[in-house]
Amino acid sequence: MRLIKEKTSIDFLGPTRRKVAISLSVLLVVVSLVSLATRGLEFGIDFTGGILLEVGYQQAADLEGIRGDLASEGYLNAQVQRFGADNVVLVRLPPQEGDVDQIRSRLQETLQADDSNTVLRRVEFVSPQVGSELAERGALAMVVALMMIFVYVMIRFQWKFSAGAVAALAHDAIVTVGFFSIFGLPFDLTVVAAVLAVIGYSLNDTVVAFDRIRENFFALRGMTAEEAMNISINEMLARTLITGMTTLLVLVALLVLGGESIGPFSIALIVGIIVGTYSSIYTASATALMLNVNAQDLIEPIKDPSLIDDLP
Amino acid sequence: MNKYPSWLNLLVLVILLAGCLLALPNIYGSVPAVQIANTDGTDYDEARLNEFVLAVEKLGATPEAAFLQDGRAVLRFATDTNLAPIGDGLKDRYGRVANVAQTLAPKLPEWVRDLGLSPMSLGLDLRGGVYVLLEVDMNTAIDTRMALYQQAFEDSLSDAKIRRRVDLNDRIITVRLTTSDDLEKAREVIQRSDADLLISDGSDGKSLSVRMSEMQIQARQDFAIEQNITTLRNRVDQLGVAEPLVQRQGLDRIVVQLPGVQDPNEINKILTATATLEFRLVDQSGTEPGSRRYPGRVGEQAQVLKRKVIASGDQIVDAAAGFSEGQPIVSIRLDSAGGESMLQTTMENLKKPMSTVFIETRREAVKVGGEIEYREIKTEEIINTATIQGIFKNNFQISGLSPGEAADLALLLRAGALAAPVFKIDERTIGPSLGQDNIDRGFNAIKIGFLAVILFMVVYYRAFGLIANVALFSNLVFIVAMLSVLQASLTLPGIAGIVLTVGMAVDANVLIFERIREELADGVSPQAAIHAGYEKALSSIADANVTTLIAAIVLFAVGTGPIKGFAITLMLGIMTSMFTAIVGTRAIVNLIFGGRKLTSVPI
Repeated sequence: MRLIKEKTSIDFLGPTRRKVAISLSVLLVVVSLVSLATRGLEFGIDFTGGILLEVGYQQAADLEGIRGDLASEGYLNAQVQRFGADNVVLVRLPPQEGDVDQIRSRLQETLQADDSNTVLRRVEFVSPQVGSELAERGALAMVVALMMIFVYVMIRFQWKFSAGAVAALAHDAIVTVGFFSIFGLPFDLTVVAAVLAVIGYSLNDTVVAFDRIRENFFALRGMTAEEAMNISINEMLARTLITGMTTLLVLVALLVLGGESIGPFSIALIVGIIVGTYSSIYTASATALMLNVNAQDLIEPIKDPSLIDDLP
Repeated sequence: MNKYPSWLNLLVLVILLAGCLLALPNIYGSVPAVQIANTDGTDYDEARLNEFVLAVEKLGATPEAAFLQDGRAVLRFATDTNLAPIGDGLKDRYGRVANVAQTLAPKLPEWVRDLGLSPMSLGLDLRGGVYVLLEVDMNTAIDTRMALYQQAFEDSLSDAKIRRRVDLNDRIITVRLTTSDDLEKAREVIQRSDADLLISDGSDGKSLSVRMSEMQIQARQDFAIEQNITTLRNRVDQLGVAEPLVQRQGLDRIVVQLPGVQDPNEINKILTATATLEFRLVDQSGTEPGSRRYPGRVGEQAQVLKRKVIASGDQIVDAAAGFSEGQPIVSIRLDSAGGESMLQTTMENLKKPMSTVFIETRREAVKVGGEIEYREIKTEEIINTATIQGIFKNNFQISGLSPGEAADLALLLRAGALAAPVFKIDERTIGPSLGQDNIDRGFNAIKIGFLAVILFMVVYYRAFGLIANVALFSNLVFIVAMLSVLQASLTLPGIAGIVLTVGMAVDANVLIFERIREELADGVSPQAAIHAGYEKALSSIADANVTTLIAAIVLFAVGTGPIKGFAITLMLGIMTSMFTAIVGTRAIVNLIFGGRKLTSVPI
């Protein structure tokens, strides 16, 4: 069976298409950045600090009633929402004054007042101090990963490819995070992990394409870089789509079956992998082309020049 | 063409079998169990084990299996056993000499256990439990040390008959002498108490400033952390939590993980409690230098107490709660230094009153201009004042507490005091029902995702798809095997990492198979196409996996909690999938198709 016909010759990188693709990428990145700047992110308590309770009720929960109970105890700014099922409720509170143990007991009493069978499935207290540290470390992880990848691709290929790969990855990361900002999805630590996994995945795609481009630069001498890259992308198209598809298959399974708490993680990966597949076809190669990449760039320099002198 | 030497086939087979064996402990499931550990840390032997079995049988229960593990006794019961009466019964009988914990133990057959194999350990989000991140208050650790120096200087200078005033301000002790003649003598006395202290002369020629060196501060802080970890471990053990984790994190933090704990209230109270005792004489004149007024607890009178501490909580080696004449009491045993000091004091102060001071430090969050800040609240109150009726040394009793307080205080004194107060900065409790939910959902996602992928592969690549599926399945087995061997906790993000690996692991095979198809389309003979497919795809596969591995390693190094769990399975998955996809499938392909005349390739 085949998804696409045996030999495709789609002109991915023709001048007009390239312009459209680059415009689209720039647009996506700009929209993401604008949304991040104006709307920001729905940071979870991992980053902001605060209190989170997942409460399981015997029957469908009465959100208004819960809000009222909490308000009458002085917790006025509690966010109360359903979490997956009808009888599961997520309560979020900003950092509170007082002793953690006392607050916990008081919240527990308040929530169990009407029905002692109500269970606290999950209780999290994060201090603002820990929150900002986790945020810093998440950002640091992303920067370090991008830098190390740049260096690796530079060693294995050449800096123009590195620039292309990192442009594509930054693009993927920004658009994925932007998606969370635009749709107001909860952004927690697992989403940071997902974005880093997206970087890894998208890079995987990009490097596979670059590998074929390098091979074809030598095999198809006399062709322009654009033609050689186009052929390479066409040759890898089946693989790119199939791997993308199997990965999306499992991620959809994870999104549907994995439960509420892993939801944002799955969404980030799904968005990231779609964007990443697109970017490794367009953004990565287009950036390298913009930097005038050519076969010369990939000819390995002689490692030890003294060897030449020693030849008879 | 396309034949593996038989040693290589054998190697692949051996690795596969090893993977299956290491993953095997995971299929047995868990049953209720009681774990008994010796409080003094020594290992139990068979005789002790049999004693425990007999004790349990006397309680009316029969263990399914009883064995020693890492020096601890483990008694395993049938699935529906109610552990509570067994645990309580054992605690009643052995509580003073053993830590009894109720837990779940894997239902491994004896031969698996004898091989030292164990199943994956589940993270707190999967089994339920409490995670606490504690910050050690280093400032207090230094401040208390300085206060001790201050008192030591007072005492030793007084012994040397030097007239002086000793003040402590901002971690600098200033010793002011009445005459400059005493300067050298005072310096010598101070230097003798601790040679590493930095001593500098005051400008007036008759005073000395003393402070701790950087090295001493560092050492003091390290000591505070290590001491706190020991104390926390003791406390957790006394509470009967199985497989607790108490670990230093960074410069001034301690992570505590308590699997299986359902109600964090009790444990939290004990964990961060700083409650300790001090014994001081009452200053009846109320005018002695350094004396201070202490408030009394409800029903107790406030008193002016002398500066000198007769004995303090860290000198208590054993404590037990009990009742005396209907009153809750705590029986206390002091170490030799504390006992000596108590003996001296009681001898010299017969018929004079002595107070027991209860000290506790808590940290509360307060809002200052919209920002949350933390403030330390130290409570010092007299719980009891009594006239010294006789001379005593190491053993005595105190009263003035409620029964609950007496029990908690006894536990805290037994487990040892914290060298510096600790404060909770992150606390997460996962209920057991959520943990089970997470396991069920996670494994369901793996199952369905896996089925979808193998179905797709068979439809798309036919025979070769089937081979890739064998590789994919062995990949799962290898990941589980590695996780079991490393005993790295499997978390929900970890499961997500496995799911993602299942999706991505086929990539290597897709690369190879597509390459074979390309070669075939170019008119290359079947055998050569298979060979070329594997050869030429190799560099792409390596590059692609190394780059993903970089991302995973960065995640592991920089990430915390959920990110780390994800990074571990992702890293393992990348490595095992390279092996199964490249070497594993090649071995099968070679066995089936190698060395035969092929007219076509079923791909």
